[in-house]
Amino acid sequence: MAFNKREQVYRLPDGGYINRLAPLSFKFDGQQLTGFEGDTVASALLANGVRLVGRSFKYHRPRGIYSAGIEEPNALVALRSGARHEPNTRATTAELFAGLEATSQNRWPNLLLDILQINNLASPILSAGFYYKTFMGLPGWKFYEYFIRKAAGMGHGTTDNDPDKYEKKHLHCDILVVGGGPTGISAALTAGRSGARVILIDSSNTFGGQLNSEAEIINNQPAQNWIRQCVAELESIPNVRVSTRTMAFGYYDSNVVNAIESVADHVLTPPPFHPRQRLWQIRAKRVVLATGATERPIVFQNNDRPGIMLASAARKYINHFAVKPGNRAVVFANNDDGYKTALDLSRAGVQLQAVIDSRNKVIGDWKEKLKAKDIELITGSAVINTHGYLGLTGVDVAALSGDSKKILGPSRFFSVDLLAISGGWNPNIHLHCHAGGRPKYNGAIEAFVPGDRSQEGYCVGASNGSFALVDCLKEGSEIGATLSSELSFDKPPFALPTVIQQPINPVKALWRVPGKGMKFVDLQDDVTEADIILAHREGYTSVEHLKRYTTLGMGTDQGKTSNLNGHAIMAEERAETIEDVGTTMFRPPFAPISMGVLAGRDVGLSYSARRRTAIHDWHEENGAVFVEAGQWLRAQYYLRKNEPNLKKNMDVAIAREVKAVRQGVGLVDVSTLGKIDIQGEDAAEFLNRIYTNGWKQLPVGRARYGIMLREDGLVFDDGTTSRLSENHYFMTTTTTNAAAVLSHMEYYLQVHWNDLDVKITSVTEQWAAMALSGPKSRQILSTIAPNLDVSNEDFPFMGVRQTQIFQIPSRVFRISFSGELAYEINVPADYGYDIWNYIINTGSQYGIIPYGTEAMGIMRIEKGHVAGAELDGRTTAKDLGLQKLLSSKKSFVGLPMLGREGLQDTQRPTLVGLVPVDKRSRIKSGAILVQDPTVAPPVSKLGHVSSSAYLSPTLGHPISLGFVIGGLNRANNTVWAMSPLHGEYHEVEIVDPVFYDKASERLHG
Amino acid sequence: MIRIQCPFCGLRDHAEFQYIGDATKVRPETAARGHEEKWFDYVYIRDNPKGPHEEYWQHIFGCRSLVKVKRDTVTHEIIDTGLPHKILAPVDGTKN
Repeated sequence: MAFNKREQVYRLPDGGYINRLAPLSFKFDGQQLTGFEGDTVASALLANGVRLVGRSFKYHRPRGIYSAGIEEPNALVALRSGARHEPNTRATTAELFAGLEATSQNRWPNLLLDILQINNLASPILSAGFYYKTFMGLPGWKFYEYFIRKAAGMGHGTTDNDPDKYEKKHLHCDILVVGGGPTGISAALTAGRSGARVILIDSSNTFGGQLNSEAEIINNQPAQNWIRQCVAELESIPNVRVSTRTMAFGYYDSNVVNAIESVADHVLTPPPFHPRQRLWQIRAKRVVLATGATERPIVFQNNDRPGIMLASAARKYINHFAVKPGNRAVVFANNDDGYKTALDLSRAGVQLQAVIDSRNKVIGDWKEKLKAKDIELITGSAVINTHGYLGLTGVDVAALSGDSKKILGPSRFFSVDLLAISGGWNPNIHLHCHAGGRPKYNGAIEAFVPGDRSQEGYCVGASNGSFALVDCLKEGSEIGATLSSELSFDKPPFALPTVIQQPINPVKALWRVPGKGMKFVDLQDDVTEADIILAHREGYTSVEHLKRYTTLGMGTDQGKTSNLNGHAIMAEERAETIEDVGTTMFRPPFAPISMGVLAGRDVGLSYSARRRTAIHDWHEENGAVFVEAGQWLRAQYYLRKNEPNLKKNMDVAIAREVKAVRQGVGLVDVSTLGKIDIQGEDAAEFLNRIYTNGWKQLPVGRARYGIMLREDGLVFDDGTTSRLSENHYFMTTTTTNAAAVLSHMEYYLQVHWNDLDVKITSVTEQWAAMALSGPKSRQILSTIAPNLDVSNEDFPFMGVRQTQIFQIPSRVFRISFSGELAYEINVPADYGYDIWNYIINTGSQYGIIPYGTEAMGIMRIEKGHVAGAELDGRTTAKDLGLQKLLSSKKSFVGLPMLGREGLQDTQRPTLVGLVPVDKRSRIKSGAILVQDPTVAPPVSKLGHVSSSAYLSPTLGHPISLGFVIGGLNRANNTVWAMSPLHGEYHEVEIVDPVFYDKASERLHG
Repeated sequence: MIRIQCPFCGLRDHAEFQYIGDATKVRPETAARGHEEKWFDYVYIRDNPKGPHEEYWQHIFGCRSLVKVKRDTVTHEIIDTGLPHKILAPVDGTKN
């Protein structure tokens, strides 16, 4: 669309920091508009005369653009569409780009005609807590809740995946300066000249801060020239780094400030290989908090209409964006901002009707300056009401009593479309408070200023309550010099620039103007003065209760323009000082941030580390379906080439694998088991203390099963440990507990038993492990390890041998999880793939097939072996039927607590086997065992199902393991396994947990 | 964001460490009967002090050493660190 100059009717003919040679077309609610490069969405909308941009949260009142910065409570719009759709974006900070699409929020069917504005008429009853008081406790709350939540609301997010990338980076420096206004620039320049490593960041797209909103003079030139010179110098100093569009959002322990750099928020889509945003974690020795201040409004009747905005915002639209925020205006203030604004508005051609100052006395030459422009000054007065539903049309002004509690005399009407207001300035002390610093109240400026600081972060300039430009420049350069010399850098030269400083009339607190009607304190959450009075009347008088009762300050703006007004009104109601009433805590983030940037690259497959065994590729090449076991990927079962990945083929594959192991031979990858190498003269004594059973008699070349307890006496982990030589042992742990067991043992060795000569180290990833299982495993072993005598006499059950397979040094352990004759073969990980392949090839004549975790799991349930589901941190050795492993001849970790009543209770559920009575039903693990499923809850619980095999191919029916009170005393009785969540109730018979080969003849064979 | 001085590896980010537990508890020497109260206290009873507190951290992504840390639970300031048997500096002592 061709640029048409006449469209931007509110654009001033010259001035501003916009690029008039670069018009940008954009859409607002489908309407095609044009702005300039350098505009925000808000300034472009104002330039086009768009005043109504949203509806309010609760009452659906028409709202406009209220500020020109991050504090914006009203002008929240949704940006972009599709997967990049982003709701609740502040139009006042979103930079304009070509093709931008913005839509208004919280209105239906459209902005002008919003059905729910009926809430506005009902407002007298929709006070704080209305919904809960009215609907909670009534039957059908869930029904009402849906509509209530729909009626009150913000924009809606997208459910599509974010197509953009985000990055996280770390930075270190001597001095970090947060905020690139006059204070921050002076601080960075002084510190940078001293040689310190300095970082200067600012959240907006240009440096200058408040100076960009004003028509200030520095060194007899426009302030912009000074900024440009300073930034050019900063960019030329090699030890200084400057970054715009970078918002510090939190100040954390150890002087860490986190900031988000908006790399590509100001363009339609990120350029190739660029992230959308970047999270900077900046670790600084000292932090200068030159974060400025935020103007606050004044609370009066109907103070929320489109056309009412903060005085500083009006100045910024004129001076920075060359946009006239209205045609006819009144300015209402309790501080000198009113005068500055009036003069700027007048200069921009706005017809100024009057300046209303709530104060009575004015010093300096403001009066004369206004008079010269023929602007009426009305002191000791206030705006008491406004008119115009979809946009401001007029204001009523009346005189106030000396204490501001009463309206005196009749009101005067002014026909205006712009009302600029200023209730004073609040220093931005958020980061100071994040760091642990306290706020304290300063009556001279009627605002909270930084109190005691907790870390090395220093508030200076406006964030310290020093609003005069001359003070900002001075404090900035002083802190830069002080911190540099603290860090042993030379004191640098810095000549204070000259500025003309007007005398400042002190602000006079005016928290609310008397009068009835809707007087908004928090515009984003629709909290009115009446809500605060109600909260006080109902006893919610502390600021924290007030916040939660009325939702004051709970919006996306976190009360940047409303908190102090709200707290001050509460203080007046309580007849106490603001200091005594206090303020709510400031917590990170300073402004809303995206979840994407916090996640960074840790999404999708990069969310967590993926661990693959040395044999992984073989599984992949041979039809394995994988399952995640913690970070590990394990082969669950193997499909043949003609078997598509369907559920029925999974059952076929699992049955095939179990049958192979029970009748022939199979090979399973068990590399994921934790493996710990233990060496030293006291290794046996160490194992004796860690495990519950005895280890001193274990001969070289033998393995032993053991369990270890936690200090509280409950079972922690199990596994086998083998004695490889006199002082050398090799431990295995469960896959899940590998790291925890290592850490557990290191704790005892380093803290309690440092007299023991023992060294331990994890070798999980150094060894590939595979279990060769089944009656025919011996034949294969004898072929692949020709030097090994594999006879039952020479290599008995629990024997351990070190040998060579294919000339590779290997360890062979005759241990069995499946219950069959089996050998666990460990080879150096680098040879895992080849040795596995060699065994499969050698074993083909015996019909060997690989088997996965499903078949392994079924076979261990058939044998009644406990695993992770049974070792769940709530079971004792006795519960598991392992009490014979508790040595009575020595002490071990967990022993002292074993005698406790609760652990000795005979009513504890103990391990049993379970078989569905119909021999068909699949029992879910986690099902609850009860006597009678027809009894209405609460039902007394007999136990639970811990592991289930939906079909034991060996037995021909489903089997489960579980725990039941009375254990095997109930053998042959039935109980019911119920899972109310799934609506499943099955009768099960209690049997011995060892379903298969009870005498364990097969593994000894 | 706190950083911990590891006796072997130097000043490292706390993300490299795993919190182990209270370092002020004394493990009873005997497992014999009659000391149940001491064991109960050792296993279950923990103070929640406001201010300096001694705790064990383990440098799991480094040397795997257990490190005794004196940390202020209010300010998160690390006052002193050392091997498990080191007697850490008092609060008003010299900082690392």
